[in-house]
Amino acid sequence: MSTTKPIATTRSATGIPTGRLAVWWVIASEIVIFGGLLGSYIMHRLGHTEFGGYAAHTNTYIGAFNTFVLLTSSLSAVLAHNAAEKGDGKTAHKFLWGTFFGGLVFVCVKSVEWTIEISHGYTITSNAFWSFYYTAAGLHACHVIGGMVIMAIISVDVKNNRELQRVELIGNYWHFVDIVWIFLFPLLYIAK
Amino acid sequence: MAEPAQEADAHAAEGHGHAHGEHHEESFFLKYLWSTDHKMIAMQYMFTGMFMALIGGFMAYAFRMQLAFPGIEVPLYGQVSPAEYNSLVTNHGTIMIFWVAMPVLIAAFGNYLIPLMLGCDDMVFPRINRLSYQIFLLSAIVLIYSFFVEGGGFGGAWTAYPPLSAKAEYNNTPLGAPLWVVAVALEFVAFLLGGINFVTTAMNSRAPGMKMFDIPVVIWMIVIASILFMASVGPLVAGAVMLLFDQTVGTGFYDPDRGGDPVLWQHLFWFFGHPEVYVVLLPAVGIVGDVITVFSRKKLFGYRTVLFTAFATGLLSFFVWAHHQFISGIDPRMANVFTVTTVLISVPIAEMMFVYIATLYGGSIRLTTPMLWALSFIFAFIIGGVTGIFLGASGSDIFFHDTYFVLAHFHYTFFPIAILGVYTGVTFWYPKMFGKMLNETLGKIHFWGTIIPFNCIFIPLFVLGLAGQHRRIWNYENFPELARPELFQLREFATISLIVMLLFQFVFIFNFFWSMKAGKPAGKNPWRSSTLEWTTESPPGHGNWKELPSCYRGPYEYSVPGREEDFWPQDEPPAADAKTA
Repeated sequence: MSTTKPIATTRSATGIPTGRLAVWWVIASEIVIFGGLLGSYIMHRLGHTEFGGYAAHTNTYIGAFNTFVLLTSSLSAVLAHNAAEKGDGKTAHKFLWGTFFGGLVFVCVKSVEWTIEISHGYTITSNAFWSFYYTAAGLHACHVIGGMVIMAIISVDVKNNRELQRVELIGNYWHFVDIVWIFLFPLLYIAK
Repeated sequence: MAEPAQEADAHAAEGHGHAHGEHHEESFFLKYLWSTDHKMIAMQYMFTGMFMALIGGFMAYAFRMQLAFPGIEVPLYGQVSPAEYNSLVTNHGTIMIFWVAMPVLIAAFGNYLIPLMLGCDDMVFPRINRLSYQIFLLSAIVLIYSFFVEGGGFGGAWTAYPPLSAKAEYNNTPLGAPLWVVAVALEFVAFLLGGINFVTTAMNSRAPGMKMFDIPVVIWMIVIASILFMASVGPLVAGAVMLLFDQTVGTGFYDPDRGGDPVLWQHLFWFFGHPEVYVVLLPAVGIVGDVITVFSRKKLFGYRTVLFTAFATGLLSFFVWAHHQFISGIDPRMANVFTVTTVLISVPIAEMMFVYIATLYGGSIRLTTPMLWALSFIFAFIIGGVTGIFLGASGSDIFFHDTYFVLAHFHYTFFPIAILGVYTGVTFWYPKMFGKMLNETLGKIHFWGTIIPFNCIFIPLFVLGLAGQHRRIWNYENFPELARPELFQLREFATISLIVMLLFQFVFIFNFFWSMKAGKPAGKNPWRSSTLEWTTESPPGHGNWKELPSCYRGPYEYSVPGREEDFWPQDEPPAADAKTA
């Protein structure tokens, strides 16, 4: 993979670096994807009081623990960005893997949680609430895994002090994934 | 200015220093299939789109034959069964919008024109650009494959309303329906990737000196369209995932028996579907605007007006979607609101058309082939727009809903967009793309051979719609009211006109490939246009310019008083001001 870029990539008529600008557009388009899904869920939720009863079967403690893990992994992403700003690729690399580890814990806890729920008979086809539950949380988990993969890929260059701006870009994305979870957690777990 | 940089590809290293990168040794695979060059990706999109247009046109031929001559053994196709008829109309619509209008108008012209008109060497993310095309190609293959699986292609209309689309026991296409959803979703992913590239390139990579209002209208329109697409498609992506789960996993998102709601899909679909109309319209309007200005030899009348009306259109387009659902059981009070917004959105669109007519006024008009296409766009689109008023008003829509009046109306909008707009652009930028001029005589034969039969197809369909002819009916012989001979004559007339129009497309295909070899050399700027893409070689080499241009003025400085030339290239340094004094 060569690092030569077209001149187009290095220009910045807006004053915002191209990569950052693009990540914001990615996040904007992701917001409407999750917005559509959560909007549909909220409309269903308002129309069906029985959803509260179904939501009572979710495990708030596991959900809260995962919220804590994900938020902490975001702290590590901020520290990685801080190190990258100072040009310290080695430290940034370490913190990136810290965030990766947070994501890993989140996904593992989620699999255990889903296993428990499925073994109790609450599957994606049980009813509309569980369909939304698995679809929304599953789509979010896909984003967590995607972010982890990207982090693992960019960490190679970052360790060698190359393409340090990518630490900020993946950090922005990771915060977005975090914020989506902050919407999902109350909607799916707390509102009973 | 520095030497044009290479693309991010490893193979580009050897092209360093060559102004015409395409002449250096590259394998066929790297040059045509794995290229990150925006011009090559544009060609890939364009040729894929044209190939899909042939399929879509052939489908129209097959089902129009069935409508005009029910039960006939259609030449080259065979008998059209009811299930096949449904599949043909569904996939005709899907292909023409998602695999013809989108890839050609946005992806092909966007990829080709954005770097060239903005004066940079490539898109900002060449490899994402390549990925975008590859995903698009995959989506096309999935769609075509879905015609041949057991049960046949999906036949639940391009709008795919559940429960018909959600349950295999209703639509009888257990594999065709999910594959259709997967293909459309992949196509969305491809255009999201492409759109991010377009918007970022236009925001960040303009030539030095090019201000926001020095950007040609067509680029503005493609960027606005990309943002509209990005902002509207999200809910439908979520909706498509839900529909796919309903089809394959057995969830009940759209099943009222299980707590779901089928109307939810209609909202998610049309919240995307109506902005989508403007996603494809705006680039076509932009292309037409550029062409009309060049061939009127006059400054575009009201450049900013066009932009602001495009912004207004984009914004309003998010508040009109429920006019597709007036008879879906929505609250009549909501129908009032959506009637008002729908009628409102015709104001900015009409304003754009007026601006173009005002640009023509007093101009030194040259009726070249691209100009004819551009003028026909205005003519045809106005008919589409005016007939839309009747459908936007909830009262009259209750009568018109799902008749051929609707069908003729949106063909008078989509045909100008996807066919007339595309031909405007292709005939105009062909000299830049291939370095040769298209044959004007063949071009004009093709023009008249397309525009006359087009009207002969769809004007009878307006009449049929007013006579009460509903859409999505396989054989009208079963309906005494609709089986009258005078109605069948209209159907036959429309079908024969379609065949004539399709045959005339071969004139274009011949002209397109023949002119590549035998056309007159175009030179840098055959149309004497002032925008940046005409300041480089035709076709542009690797890196587009030997030295990237700077920009000094707006894109439409035609017939500036006191200047010898009637156009003023954007890259000409103001030192030339002395001449104008």
